[in-house]
Amino acid sequence: MEYKTNSKYPISHIIGFFLSLLLTFAAVFVALEAQLSFTIVMWIIGSLAVLQAGLQLFMFMHVTEGEDGKTNIINMAYSAFVAIVIVAGSVWVLTSGHAAH
Amino acid sequence: MSANVNTSLPLEYQTEQSRLNILGFWIFLGAEIVLFATLFAVYGVLGERYANGPTPNDIFKLKDVMIETLLLLTSSFTCGLAVFEMRRHRLKGLLTWLIVTLLLGIGFLFVEINEFIHYVHEGATMQTSAFLSSFFVLLGTHGAHVTFGIIWAVMIIIQLIQRGLTPVTARKTFIISLYWHFLDVVWIFIFTFVYLKGMVG
Amino acid sequence: MDIKWNEILITGDPLILGSQIAIVLTVIAIVGGLTYFKKWGWLWREWLTTVDHKKIGIMYILSGVLMFFRGGIDGLLMKAQTARPEMNFLDAQHYNEIFTTHGVIMILFMAMPFLIGLMNVVVPLQIGARDVAFPQLNALSFWLFFSGAMLFNISFVVGGSPDAGWTSYFPLAGKEFSPGVGNNYYAIALQIAGLGTLMTGINFIVTILKMRTKGMTLIKMPMFTWTTLITSIIIVAAFPIFTVALALMTFDRLYGTHFFTLSSGGSDMLWANLFWLWGHPEVYIVILPAFGIFSEVIATFSRKSLFGYKSMVVSIVGIALLSLLVWVHHFFTMDAGPAVNSVFSITTMLIAVPTGVKIFNWLFTMRKGRIKFTTAMLWALGFIPNFVIGGVTGVMLGMAAADYQYHNTLFLVAHFHYVLIPGVVFAVFAGLYYWWPKMFGFMLNEKLGKYHFWLFVIGFNITFMPMFFLGLQGAVRRAYTYSAESGFAPLFLVSAIGSIILALGFAVFCYNIYWSFRYAKRNVSSDPWDARTLEWATASPVQFYNFAVLPEVKEIDAFWHMKKRNSGLVLKEEEIQEIHMPSNSGLPFYMAVVFGITGFFLVFEWHMAAAVAAIGIVIGLIIRSFDYDDGYHVPVEEIKNIESKWRKVEGGVKHHVG
Repeated sequence: MEYKTNSKYPISHIIGFFLSLLLTFAAVFVALEAQLSFTIVMWIIGSLAVLQAGLQLFMFMHVTEGEDGKTNIINMAYSAFVAIVIVAGSVWVLTSGHAAH
Repeated sequence: MSANVNTSLPLEYQTEQSRLNILGFWIFLGAEIVLFATLFAVYGVLGERYANGPTPNDIFKLKDVMIETLLLLTSSFTCGLAVFEMRRHRLKGLLTWLIVTLLLGIGFLFVEINEFIHYVHEGATMQTSAFLSSFFVLLGTHGAHVTFGIIWAVMIIIQLIQRGLTPVTARKTFIISLYWHFLDVVWIFIFTFVYLKGMVG
Repeated sequence: MDIKWNEILITGDPLILGSQIAIVLTVIAIVGGLTYFKKWGWLWREWLTTVDHKKIGIMYILSGVLMFFRGGIDGLLMKAQTARPEMNFLDAQHYNEIFTTHGVIMILFMAMPFLIGLMNVVVPLQIGARDVAFPQLNALSFWLFFSGAMLFNISFVVGGSPDAGWTSYFPLAGKEFSPGVGNNYYAIALQIAGLGTLMTGINFIVTILKMRTKGMTLIKMPMFTWTTLITSIIIVAAFPIFTVALALMTFDRLYGTHFFTLSSGGSDMLWANLFWLWGHPEVYIVILPAFGIFSEVIATFSRKSLFGYKSMVVSIVGIALLSLLVWVHHFFTMDAGPAVNSVFSITTMLIAVPTGVKIFNWLFTMRKGRIKFTTAMLWALGFIPNFVIGGVTGVMLGMAAADYQYHNTLFLVAHFHYVLIPGVVFAVFAGLYYWWPKMFGFMLNEKLGKYHFWLFVIGFNITFMPMFFLGLQGAVRRAYTYSAESGFAPLFLVSAIGSIILALGFAVFCYNIYWSFRYAKRNVSSDPWDARTLEWATASPVQFYNFAVLPEVKEIDAFWHMKKRNSGLVLKEEEIQEIHMPSNSGLPFYMAVVFGITGFFLVFEWHMAAAVAAIGIVIGLIIRSFDYDDGYHVPVEEIKNIESKWRKVEGGVKHHVG
């Protein structure tokens, strides 16, 4: 039920912004400069993307705020579950086994 | 319904109808997550089917992508500042940051459209291959959302000027701020799983 | 694309010519009737611009009846064609079109509006609310659905019907193999209707989460409200997938992209994958509210609370997760390899568990209950054995290895009719007989209802039971005819005879509506079944503001306990306050018209015209954005008047039939 209204400076926004920039450039570095295998790169930059999405949700969109904070969390978690099922499921079903050939 | 006003809350949460609208919009964002996830799934399946056409490495340009990313990321930040100002009841600050946000959004669209025109000139069109079909439709859907957001935000800026900060205009501003941040979230995934992935290999 | 103007109207087929004449005559009759009785203003004020959830619900139900008729005619035509071997009643093309429209219409334009209609009428009443969270959006949902349904339905007289099956698999549904406009109708009309459904989902989630009356915690909600909540959640999770799939289909057909094509790297099976990612949850979207209806009906007429309420809640919440994890069982034969097929076989077995739990809950609810055999209860009783046949054959189909035998045969067709007719259609009938007095203030005739029930259930079994055996003998689905040597003829004939009995049952239902409108007693009580939930605590038909004073809830089956304790039933005049209500709006209707026109132009690939019409959509959104209408207030005096009328009448809230 907490709302951020009274602070004088938008501290959480500024921190969020700089962290986002940091994560973005880190991802570029890992993808293009660091000499890692494709799979490892994808895992690292994928995780960085999820982290950054979380930053937006919590530091910019204040997902937990208000009387429906819990509902929003459940909603986002369920949407993420559905998203993972759709993406991972489709790719698995259509590119593995006999379908790949 | 409208009688139920709680003035201890921020403006945008004060009426019952506003709280309903904000929750409804969050649920709509849940639907948007599924929509974009489906487009990502399609890209995941088709993204390496080049049909002898160009590959990501042939066409993607890091410079354009970085400009787009920074513009949209910054616009998400300024949009947050706009809501921050709104919570301090500063209409002027709110309008200033909203307009900055819009200009950054327009800048993003400008670069993105140029990027697409460039691709088409290189012979990489939506009809060339399954990779490019899924690329253009995923990116195009995001771009269409940004365009829609800009038109919508202009409507809200007009209403803010006409009516000032009221529980209703504050709620509308808050909802478009959620939308705008969400578009940045989608872009993070496009940036990672389309552009960076395409340029790794 | 060049349009051949002389080919827009389908000509040459006597059946279609007959329909065209019938359509023109019906339109003339409606327009003439409205003008003669001076009802245009009434139609506009009371229906086209309404935002009242009860009226919107009734319009949904009316559309459902209409579409049941249309889809039913398609079904009868198919049965006529296959009644004897090598018949020439319909040609192959016409048969293709008819099984396609039959499927689409029955699922999306019959089952969906019936259930969403009942949800609209009942859910706000069950949770003690005055309307849904977004009344105008609710109207928009209905009108977009209606717009999509009408656009789809004109296809058979204007331009040609879709003919690639209700699943519209690629590559058949692609431009290469289906160059006509028929499949454009499919992609675009379903898109428009689907938008409406998505909005309904969002609307009901917010309504149920935020607008429950005082004391009604989630765990005290009536079961129909629970199933509506979970259905709405699945709608929001699944419909965007369909939105994307249809949009990609539109791109492939209209703009030459390569999502599902055979050439340039497209993947035809990607369509099947996306279709069923939506399509399987869609099965649960239609079946869950039906389960909710049976729960209400069985509890009411067994005069007991629902057995295992909590296990019921857990099992429907489980379905919200599991329903998204089984889609591949619709295309095991694509052969994605043993790993994929095994996983989806197992998830399919798993999802049978929560459904089984529910069946036992209903049986135990009836155990030692004083069962009243009303028509509504008969439908619920008929549902259980018939649905179990559907469920068990589903488990057979869910075993990947065995599925290779059943796939694409009439066995499958029989299976899903045994799921969807008892599961959804019986539920809709149960719900209609049960809630009819709440909607209209008079009851459907119980005697006619029983004729309806027996004809329908017997006809249904005679129609579809033979199809299991035909399928096992190798009769494939979607084939317009078969040879005499195949030996299929006797069972096909039995099935065709069954379909006539089935149709007779539906005819009795229609006659029942007519008879009851004319002759049924109007002085029924507001609680004729001695029911248990809050919708029965107010007048029949329900006054536009639902409740003079919002009721307070202390336990499950709140109204039942209020009657038992004889508390909270009498209206205290000093508690009445002004009620805030939303204003009517013509905007949803306008939006539906513009969407319909835009869609029509897109179907015929007139891109400029579509773009111009789409400006109308943007204008509608802008008007909405600048709309600050905050509704109106109902004065206390008016409420007192309305309440005193129905509360004085014999058969007020405390009295009931039998």
